[in-house]
Amino acid sequence: MSLNIFLQNLSNGISLGCLFALVAIGYTMVYGVLRLINFAHGDIFMMAAFFVFYAMTIFSLPWGIACLVAIILAMVLGRTIERVAYKPLRNAPRISSLCSAIGMSFLLENFAIVVFGGRPKSFYRPEFFAKTFVLGEVRVPGVNFVTPIVSIVFLLILSYIVYRTKTGLAMRAISKDFDTAMLMGINLDRTISFTFMIGSGLAAVGAILWALRYPQIWPFMGVFPGWRAFTAAIIGGIGSIRGAMVGGFLVGLLTIMIVAFLPELAGYKDAFIFVILIFVLLFKPEGLFGEE
Amino acid sequence: MIEKKKDFLLLKIATILIIILFIFVAQRNFDTYVIRILNLCGIYVILGVSLNLINGFTGQFSLGHAGFMAIGAYVSALLYMSPELKEVNYFITPLIWPLSVIQIPFVFSLIIAGLVSAGVGFLVGAPCLRLRGDYLAIVTFGFSEIIRVLFCNLQNITNGPLGLKGLPSYTNLWWSWGIAIFAVWFIKNLINSSYGRALKSIREDDIAAEAMGVNLFYHKVLSFVVGAFFAGIGGALLGSLVMTIDPNTFSFFMTFQIIIIVIVGGLGSITGTVIVGVLFAVLMEVLRSVESPMSFFGLNIPGIPGMRMLIFAILLMIVVLFFHQGLMGNREWSWEWLYYKLTRSKKEIKEGS
Repeated sequence: MSLNIFLQNLSNGISLGCLFALVAIGYTMVYGVLRLINFAHGDIFMMAAFFVFYAMTIFSLPWGIACLVAIILAMVLGRTIERVAYKPLRNAPRISSLCSAIGMSFLLENFAIVVFGGRPKSFYRPEFFAKTFVLGEVRVPGVNFVTPIVSIVFLLILSYIVYRTKTGLAMRAISKDFDTAMLMGINLDRTISFTFMIGSGLAAVGAILWALRYPQIWPFMGVFPGWRAFTAAIIGGIGSIRGAMVGGFLVGLLTIMIVAFLPELAGYKDAFIFVILIFVLLFKPEGLFGEE
Repeated sequence: MIEKKKDFLLLKIATILIIILFIFVAQRNFDTYVIRILNLCGIYVILGVSLNLINGFTGQFSLGHAGFMAIGAYVSALLYMSPELKEVNYFITPLIWPLSVIQIPFVFSLIIAGLVSAGVGFLVGAPCLRLRGDYLAIVTFGFSEIIRVLFCNLQNITNGPLGLKGLPSYTNLWWSWGIAIFAVWFIKNLINSSYGRALKSIREDDIAAEAMGVNLFYHKVLSFVVGAFFAGIGGALLGSLVMTIDPNTFSFFMTFQIIIIVIVGGLGSITGTVIVGVLFAVLMEVLRSVESPMSFFGLNIPGIPGMRMLIFAILLMIVVLFFHQGLMGNREWSWEWLYYKLTRSKKEIKEGS
């Protein structure tokens, strides 16, 4: 493999990795506060892409505003899902909330099929993203420049919220000890809703970047990015935000590099990520940055 | 008065005889469409009961049922297909040698399918059952995806994404209902044995169970392997019923249908699973009308594709949110239960008057 092709793959891997990091944070934050795998997260991701699509086609909003509207709607959706499907089961056995999460994911997917239709739709790409830039011999699509920058900006904002504000402190307190946090006067419902909103907002940003990369949206588009991001969250150590960032980055890079270095195994790339997941769970279940 | 065990046994035998008579009549007289639905009822019961053993009775949340079904369906199909049929199917990449010439009767292929599936269940379960709750769910989901991807890529064994077409239709009511009855009987007896009590104790509290001397690893793997065995057979029957299989038949969607049956029926109730399994198969067909265009009094209503599964998803959410126990909770129906219910209520009426 020549250096140029390697660099090209590297740029793809980095931008995909940033994308997974954005989505993985949603999983890890929800798991941190509720000890719940939010299976519906990948479907919030999918809904956000459709929100952009319909904001542009039906309400003919300009692209930038449509994205903003979609991010806000995704946050509202995430909060609604938490209120409807997870809050009533907070004191029920864990298995009930797991069922509820799986059911919610399936509900959203089927809702999307019925309302939006199962046929893939093409997603509008502003010219800059569709263009391919040639740097020396390396060809880099525009979206590969934007994705890491946007991701890093959002990750910095997130780090600020989680580590420097009172709400962030409340979130970290809840993830350490649910009951004590409540005794300390933390408003549980508000903090959990806030967590879901941040997670869903980041998923929406991820979805927009994803759709700019692969400009086709359909009801099951969230399933695979969702699972990869979830794998990333586990590899990084579920519950740890830093872990989700690093994990997402690793998974994105690995996905691209496996195909680049071992093209004969390209068909197995989906299985490969699950094999890694299983090995991580078996031998280091706390992940890279997780606590015991 | 029927107080003795023998009388209940007679009642049970009579029930099974009635079912056999029904199968006999149905297989001869009903049209193929109805028979197909009845077959699906039996297969869903097998799959539901086997998943309920793992998820409901042992409390280990598995999402890997589709993977075991895929193994069962492919293993059996590769064994019962005739060499000529295999040659027709594998026109791009030929099938590897010993498999390409083997053909064995359906019944043996079913048993081998179940055993292979159980073997894989052991290989997956032995390391993974150390994980708790949601982690196990993820690993088993990952396993079923790995199986799907493997089957898509191993072209010289599974014919890849092209799948196997024109499978001989061996599945009939005798097979599907017979095995369904066997599965229900087997798992019911397993549940009511000391094994079953150990499984339930693991579900209630695994630490306490271990302290009382229950071998956690052994019992978890046991339930997983038995569940995988019946899932494999269910998959094999389904393959021969629909007559064409490809790796994407056994996606997460398939597992999800079985999960719906188990949760709506009640985690930990065989009766609930049987009732909902049958209802599910029937409703899937009845609700097909929602998806096709209809006309009422000259008013044309276009069909809504995907509506069926949306209805089931909503139903599932209602059950999960408002009826935590499902249809039956962990109660079971039996002749004994019915008898005591009837006699006790009579006694109470007498005492009241």
